[in-house]
Amino acid sequence: MGSIKDLDRAGGGNDIQWCFSQVKGAVDDDVAEADIISTVEFNHSGELLATGDKGGRVVIFQQEQENKTQSHSRGEYNVYSTFQSHEPEFDYLKSLEIEEKINKIRWLPQKNAAQFLLSTNDKTIKLWKISERDKRPEGYNLKEEDGRYRDPTTVTTLRVPVFRPMDLMVEASPRRIFANAHTYHINSISINSDYETYLSADDLRINLWHLEITDRSFNIVDIKPANMEELTEVITAAEFHPNSCNTFVYSSSKGTIRLCDMRASALCDRHSKLFEEPEDPSNRSFFSEIISSISDVKFSHSGRYMMTRDYLSVKIWDLNMENRPVETYQVHEYLRSKLCSLYENDCIFDKFECCWNGSDSVVMTGSYNNFFRMFDRNTKRDITLEASRENNKPRTVLKPRKVCASGKRKKDEISVDSLDFNKKILHTAWHPKENIIAVATTNNLYIFQDKMN
Amino acid sequence: MSDNLGPESRSGDAGDEKQDTQEKEAVVPERAEEAKLKAKYPNLGQKPGGSDFLMKRLQKGQKYFDSGDYNMAKAKMKNKQLPSTGPDKNLVTGDHIPTPQDLPQRKSSLVTSKLAGPEKNC
Repeated sequence: MGSIKDLDRAGGGNDIQWCFSQVKGAVDDDVAEADIISTVEFNHSGELLATGDKGGRVVIFQQEQENKTQSHSRGEYNVYSTFQSHEPEFDYLKSLEIEEKINKIRWLPQKNAAQFLLSTNDKTIKLWKISERDKRPEGYNLKEEDGRYRDPTTVTTLRVPVFRPMDLMVEASPRRIFANAHTYHINSISINSDYETYLSADDLRINLWHLEITDRSFNIVDIKPANMEELTEVITAAEFHPNSCNTFVYSSSKGTIRLCDMRASALCDRHSKLFEEPEDPSNRSFFSEIISSISDVKFSHSGRYMMTRDYLSVKIWDLNMENRPVETYQVHEYLRSKLCSLYENDCIFDKFECCWNGSDSVVMTGSYNNFFRMFDRNTKRDITLEASRENNKPRTVLKPRKVCASGKRKKDEISVDSLDFNKKILHTAWHPKENIIAVATTNNLYIFQDKMN
Repeated sequence: MSDNLGPESRSGDAGDEKQDTQEKEAVVPERAEEAKLKAKYPNLGQKPGGSDFLMKRLQKGQKYFDSGDYNMAKAKMKNKQLPSTGPDKNLVTGDHIPTPQDLPQRKSSLVTSKLAGPEKNC
């Protein structure tokens, strides 16, 4: 069910029809800060979906086993486990408040019955083990069933305790804590394809860790200038290549991406490749650098391409071509004439993420007004959809949205000035194998699926 | 499945020219926006991506409290009322005296996320 080939129905001329499936979270408009969703990530099989929030909590949903009678929809996602991953801290030495907000969650591939994920806030990365318990031993000789100890003198026979089924219990426990390695704020973590090491990146440095070792990490990138007055750019995102365990990329606030090869040297300050689109200097404005800042970088599953997200667009780069992207998709070009007010209300600094579908044929990213956009790389068609409770009957096909930039607004179009800039979709995720997507609004998680006939 | 080479083959010269014109038209609103901003804030620095802006980003979360300053100022003031901090709680001590109340409070234990609650479809 749901092979990679099914994902390309769009390429064959049949556009995917997205339907509402589920929505999680509170209905009320009064959003507590702790409930703001800060990261969303499917695991490698797509069976589990994790979210992290500003309150430091992680919630994991599990897809139900497919019901043979319900052939018209795939399994629903229900709560599997939830735990407090990080707590607020105060670094007294540096007078620094450390938020508990979960910046990123990354899953490890499954090796045994348990599931493992890495979650990070600004300063500390934690490895969590999520395991199931569905049996418990009963029939102890020295203990009653309720735990009280029996008087040994009353024991006349011996029995072997046996495992009896119990209600499923899912336990999350922190197995490793990787702390004290980052002076600046961690923006990314990425697990290596060797499944033994991972990288963590902050504004100025990238560190390499071994999953088993918490008391040391190797610094592999350091862009801190000797004189901080000379600081011109910061690291905004970093990711390991999906197949080459020696290769990683990091993006900057100036719109460049550097690809580094760890075989070249211990400290990868000199890049192997520099990806940068040349800019016409006569087009430069006050906003140019700010809107060129890359907020997310993601390799394609194939490893041949990478995608970057800057404020107004999504760019696809071929790793073999450094001087310009091979594809550019405008997410919300109509905002270019609103940059002044977007600078004043800080929206220009919003960090949107982006993601690939399982076959690398479609890319998705969020926008404002709870809109999100998908771009089909084959057909060159794009679509704007809205995450809202208004269309929430399961299997209702979502109606495409259109923003009217200027001039006469057609019926059903929404004008730029009516957009709600507080309703931003920063985090989206695509199931690795099926056409199921998870879209996070401020405090709600929407799950959409393609219409199955 | 095979990699689709379509995207690369489409970006020919004709496409570039059209894109150039479109970009020039597109950037004009950006310049208009820049003029608007400069009119509102004449003192805005030339380099928005420069040192000051980045330094501010790196220092996010910094709160200053110096117990030495606090106690010295308290000793100086003795009988006078202690001025409390104004709206900007991030000022370095010396000029004003932040009280312990101004420090970030350790947040209370959090409840379970509402995402884990029952689904409501209304």
